Amino acid sequence: MELCSFLTLDSFITDPLTHDFMRKALLMSSLVAAVCGFLSSYLTLKGWALMGDAVSHSVMPGVVVAYALGLPFSLGAFIFGVGSVALIGFIKQKSRVKEDTVIGLVFTGFFALGIVLVSKIKSNIDLHSILFGSPLGISLSDVKQTIFISLLVVILLLIFRKDLMLYCFDPRHAKTVGINVFFLHYLLLTCLSLAAVVGLQSVGIILVVAMLITPGATAYLLTDKFDNMTVISVLSAIISSLIGIYVSFWFDLETGGSIVLAQTFIFLFAFLFAPRYGIFKLKKLFAGYK
Amino acid sequence: METINYQNFRIEAENICVDYNGKVALYDANLRLKPGQICGLVGMNGAGKTTFFNALTGFVNISKGKIRINGESVRSAQKDQTIAYVPQNEGIDSQFPINVWDVVMMGRYGSMNIFRCPRESDVQAVKDAIERVDLTEHLSTPIGNLSGGQRKRTFLARAIAQRASILLLDEPFSGVDIRTEKLISELFIQFKNEGKTILLSTHDMIHVREFCDLVLLINKTVVAYGETSEVFTPENITTTFGGISPDFLFGPES
Repeated sequence: MELCSFLTLDSFITDPLTHDFMRKALLMSSLVAAVCGFLSSYLTLKGWALMGDAVSHSVMPGVVVAYALGLPFSLGAFIFGVGSVALIGFIKQKSRVKEDTVIGLVFTGFFALGIVLVSKIKSNIDLHSILFGSPLGISLSDVKQTIFISLLVVILLLIFRKDLMLYCFDPRHAKTVGINVFFLHYLLLTCLSLAAVVGLQSVGIILVVAMLITPGATAYLLTDKFDNMTVISVLSAIISSLIGIYVSFWFDLETGGSIVLAQTFIFLFAFLFAPRYGIFKLKKLFAGYK
Repeated sequence: METINYQNFRIEAENICVDYNGKVALYDANLRLKPGQICGLVGMNGAGKTTFFNALTGFVNISKGKIRINGESVRSAQKDQTIAYVPQNEGIDSQFPINVWDVVMMGRYGSMNIFRCPRESDVQAVKDAIERVDLTEHLSTPIGNLSGGQRKRTFLARAIAQRASILLLDEPFSGVDIRTEKLISELFIQFKNEGKTILLSTHDMIHVREFCDLVLLINKTVVAYGETSEVFTPENITTTFGGISPDFLFGPES
């Protein structure tokens, strides 16, 4: 990378594309970002940020067990993801401990179980790649699985997009008019678990929650229409992924961290300069000059 | 138009009990309402008003008793869009990125296909409903930019668009402007003439006397129920509010 000073913008973008692993990483990460970004609109509106954190950490032992048994790791992740939520609900109901405490308690427990399992089960699982993601070293079978899961989640979200919006906005009305709220609740959880699985590939388990929260939060500051929010969320997630991967390529930085940092910077930008909800309210600033 | 048999009960709740993980919120509650009746639901905070609504809409399960809506189960009432619930303003996330049109359209979701694509008739129903609550100028206003009264009217429009025959309203008059209050009371008279049944919870005793044919006083269970003129007495109200006299609560009786 000693050529940095000679770079033109053109070669900054095209040079990495000559590498096969970079093309794959860019494509896969964009896809994953799109899925997580789509879902994050719902999670931010539903107030499920902490739940996203819980589920994404809880899938860890599922991934390890699935690897050990030779099952698709999405299956293991799914079982543990949904299982953790069920357990959170159960403990909350049967004890006097407050919900956020229960969430913290359950997901750290699952996460720790995952770490212990990794150390015990001798296999080709690379703890580092699970924790921090490895979009540059993605294998062919991972690619297939990621594409399959991503498409599944996107299709589910597209079909039930309006129902899920209603569920986030006013579940009581949904129930009153005969919409299956129970189903929607678990649909959202299922999508969350699946998104956590694909997300952990590009940014790793620890940071995947950022993929599930930040784009939605950014979009929330920029629009008052739900559909626009979804689009902005997806776009900002994809752009962050591209920026993150390019930056990590040229400056030799950790990829997952770079992607999430890019998202954080976009959020900060929206936080400061969003037309209506930013602190500086750009719209008003411009209006002042007219 | 459906023909309405004014002798049949719209709502029949018999000895219903609701508990949340062993904590009793409502017990042995009874209520029977016919088409065209307006009933006020009066009680303290935590007396079980919202629980009563939740039981009728099927949002919570009853642990004992029986509920019939138009002679059928709560579940089939849900399928038929029979009941509309108009939430308290506080019960809604006003920062949700959604505009008036989309909220009112939600009233039609139950009768749409799985993708919730509006048909011509849905669009018309939404248009009409928004017109009836006088919000036509605010079709595309995000609900966060509406006043409390306008937001209340938006949810009322959703109930109208749903074409429900039973309306449950949680504190319809709290935090609304005079104009909205007048509009709501006019709508109540129209609803009554259309044969709709209305159950509303309120803290305001004047509204009970003004609109309600019947009143249901509750404090975890029914304290008194019947014609407003007979049941809505200072003694009953005092019992409902745990021994505090109505003078203290609402100022001296006129």
